[in-house]
Amino acid sequence: MGNFVFDLIGKNIVAALVICIIPLVFILPYALIAILGELKIGAWMQDRVGPMRTGWKGVLQPVAEVVKLLQKEDITPTIANKPLFNLAPFIVFIGAFAAFAVLPFSEKFIPSGINLGLFFVFAVGSFAVIGIVMGGWASNNKYSLLGAMRSVAQIISYELPAGMVFLSIATIAGTLDMQTIILNQSGPIWNWYIFGGPQGGAIKFLFIPFFVILFIVYLISSLAETNRTPFDIPEGESEIVAGYHTEYSGMKFAMFFMAEYANMYVVSAIIVILFLGGWSSPFGTSFMDGPIWGIFWMVGKAFFFVFVQIWLRWTLPRLRVDQLMYLGWKVLLPLSIACFMAIAFLAMIN
Amino acid sequence: MVKYFKDILLGFWTIMVGMKITMDHLFQKKVTMQYPERFDPIDTGFMPDNSRNKLFVDIDDCNGCGGCERDCPVNCITVETVKTVPSDGPITIKSGAKRTLWVLKHEIDYSKCCFCSLCVESCATSAIFHTKEFDYSGYDRNELKHDFVSYSDEEKQKKLDNFVAYQIVKKQEDAAKKAADEAAKAAAAQITK
Amino acid sequence: MERKFIEYDFGRVDSERMRLNVGPQHPSTHGVLRLEIELEGEIVTDVIPHIGYLHRCFEKYCEQMQYPQVIPYIDRLDYIASMNNEWPFVMGVEKMMNIQVPERVEYIRVIFAELNRIANHQIAVATFGMDAGAFTPFLYLFRDREMILNLFEHTSGARLLYNYFWVGGLAHDVPPNFKDTALNIIKTVRATNEEVMRLLMGNKIFVERTVKVGILPADVAINFACSGPVLRGSGVEWDLRKAQPYSIYDRFDFNVCVGSNEIGVIGDSWNRNIVRMNEMEQSCRIIEQAIAQMPNEGDVREKFPKKVRPPKGEIYCSAENPKGELGFYLVADGGNKPFRLKSRPTSFVNLAVLPEICKGYMVADLILILGSIDIVLGEVDR
Repeated sequence: MGNFVFDLIGKNIVAALVICIIPLVFILPYALIAILGELKIGAWMQDRVGPMRTGWKGVLQPVAEVVKLLQKEDITPTIANKPLFNLAPFIVFIGAFAAFAVLPFSEKFIPSGINLGLFFVFAVGSFAVIGIVMGGWASNNKYSLLGAMRSVAQIISYELPAGMVFLSIATIAGTLDMQTIILNQSGPIWNWYIFGGPQGGAIKFLFIPFFVILFIVYLISSLAETNRTPFDIPEGESEIVAGYHTEYSGMKFAMFFMAEYANMYVVSAIIVILFLGGWSSPFGTSFMDGPIWGIFWMVGKAFFFVFVQIWLRWTLPRLRVDQLMYLGWKVLLPLSIACFMAIAFLAMIN
Repeated sequence: MVKYFKDILLGFWTIMVGMKITMDHLFQKKVTMQYPERFDPIDTGFMPDNSRNKLFVDIDDCNGCGGCERDCPVNCITVETVKTVPSDGPITIKSGAKRTLWVLKHEIDYSKCCFCSLCVESCATSAIFHTKEFDYSGYDRNELKHDFVSYSDEEKQKKLDNFVAYQIVKKQEDAAKKAADEAAKAAAAQITK
Repeated sequence: MERKFIEYDFGRVDSERMRLNVGPQHPSTHGVLRLEIELEGEIVTDVIPHIGYLHRCFEKYCEQMQYPQVIPYIDRLDYIASMNNEWPFVMGVEKMMNIQVPERVEYIRVIFAELNRIANHQIAVATFGMDAGAFTPFLYLFRDREMILNLFEHTSGARLLYNYFWVGGLAHDVPPNFKDTALNIIKTVRATNEEVMRLLMGNKIFVERTVKVGILPADVAINFACSGPVLRGSGVEWDLRKAQPYSIYDRFDFNVCVGSNEIGVIGDSWNRNIVRMNEMEQSCRIIEQAIAQMPNEGDVREKFPKKVRPPKGEIYCSAENPKGELGFYLVADGGNKPFRLKSRPTSFVNLAVLPEICKGYMVADLILILGSIDIVLGEVDR
């Protein structure tokens, strides 16, 4: 546990800056890869070949798209509220970026090893909604307003089941510190929380169904929090054009775009940390384990869930607002509360 | 209550079914044809013989009847002709028939053309037909107008002049002939009297 | 647990209503349609469709056109089912001129009309799925439609606007491998339909989105003169191919698909689409029978009249288009141009029912209801 940058160059301002920059250095290439993945996987699932012109088999397509967005005219509607309009994309991006402060990448590197990691992620996760409302309201566009309103309702209702999931894990792990949660799950693969957690004996099998349900609950609510299909109603392009970012163009649109992809990684990383052992190797502590392999496992597992999100996007239709609320309040929340109570009870008798 | 759980399970199950289908397709053969590199229609003769693309007029074969102009539903064809004169000599179109009209202008405006193939149907000498070329463009609307006649302006003018001159000659001839006829008639009448 | 979406009470809420223009440049108005909608929050309280952005004076134009020249214009009405469009006009002129087209021509016409019906329904279901947010079935269906269009291209020379049914026959004979290609297409269409049934129509989210949305009762549908899948989705068994068998449709064994209460409510968006899915299967059956019965030899152009000059008189000739009944009322004055050609456009008539059925639903539902009516703006505006 800890931060190897501090070990390396001491606790000074340079080290602090380096630590700030490392997630950004990660996000930019990651966003490019994720965009390429979205384009290519989407195309392959639809029997297409996807972009093929830029670079070998089109691998440079995301770079081209970013360059295109950079040179595009930055349009601000004349009747928009300019300060809010300009500020909104950055706030949305900050919300996604701040979560990286507590996301561990390996045993040896976590930008800030605070012991309220899960709580912090939860808190800054709701930060984005302010940016979205600002953007939607300041655009002075009816479609944007509708999108922003939908987004608020959606993110707020899906934070509750997500919160219950966090709570359940915190109950069983006894901490909100991500590194400790991961350390709890280190060792063989059946120590992961989705397989019942580190405790042994028959009671382990009682835990499994509840953890699996919680896992699915969190997977669904994470989709809703990142505005991905089937919960992309705030930007549902067939209904309200592009939702809250209808009026954005150029770099500001790119910020929204990047925030979405950064958020995808954040929620995938949380899933991995909570249920799939974070950076710990599935082969136990003896094989392919260690700080460097830790980065591989952490990012690799998270990328798998990014893939799942892309996969779902190209499979499912979109929900309607009231159905979204139904699913959030009447299905996910009771399920997660029931699982939380069951797990708390089991943890007590364990 | 049973329906509630049944709905949840059904939703979960159908989503799984859908995800399996898309996963299967992820590894299937792709159907996209990379257009400029691989273009079956021309390379392999994939484009059918009766495909309706850019029109072409073989002006040597056109007898200038104007049927295509009349049959065009969008008036994209303009044909201008002038009659041949005896001094041109015995001229024929490619298919062997006697040419009675010089085609001075046969212009097709591709920005208007609707590729209905009615002009091709109406052409008695099969001078107008569809080619396999379809990707053409221009920077100006006028660039899409194509005149198939290759005569220079002097030649056209000469043909017009020839015709006008021939008209005058013919008029005189006709007048002379008429006069001669009338004279002959009068003479005949005189004789019968 | 019966779920109700429609019963909202706004009596206590004192809020301003919002007017929103959906279209003419909106991703899912299927063309240049403008819907002026009034919103109470997300609930649609009023819809006014504004049409005419694509008006081309079709009917007036036809009065200046000789009969063969009208056909390319008719192609451009419902431009995704051109073969079906040409048929009623051609049939009407043939009836006026007393032309009995050869047997083989009738079979080829049936096969092509049914293939085009499949292509049209594929687009309808695909775009409907896309309105609901499902993008993948769209491309699966378009991939199959490509095969149908290829066959059309090899036959008529064009992929979309065929100008193929001519008065007295067909413009070209079918390609030599026509029967095999058509049977192959049917095979693929069936396979893909089965896949789409599982991927899209059976998906719980999609069912929830479409069931009980835009319920069109049978009496309203009849009063608004709806036809095609919109009418049949409401449970009215009315198909011109069965009700007034034109051409040789009385020789084939097929069912008229109607909506049912099985999954949705009769007349809702889901039923309109399941009718389309089932009709594709019925079209496949008709094509199979037609291919089996079709004579192999024969000239498709032998009955072409020298000059198309119907005698003085008038006729209304209609056919079952994929979208419903398309009819042409033709008044001839004995010349080579129609004196008057009035069309009964399917999409236009079906669109008229939209304000009636989408009040009280959400914006997202409005888009779905519009998608389930399956309009083509080329036909609405003419």
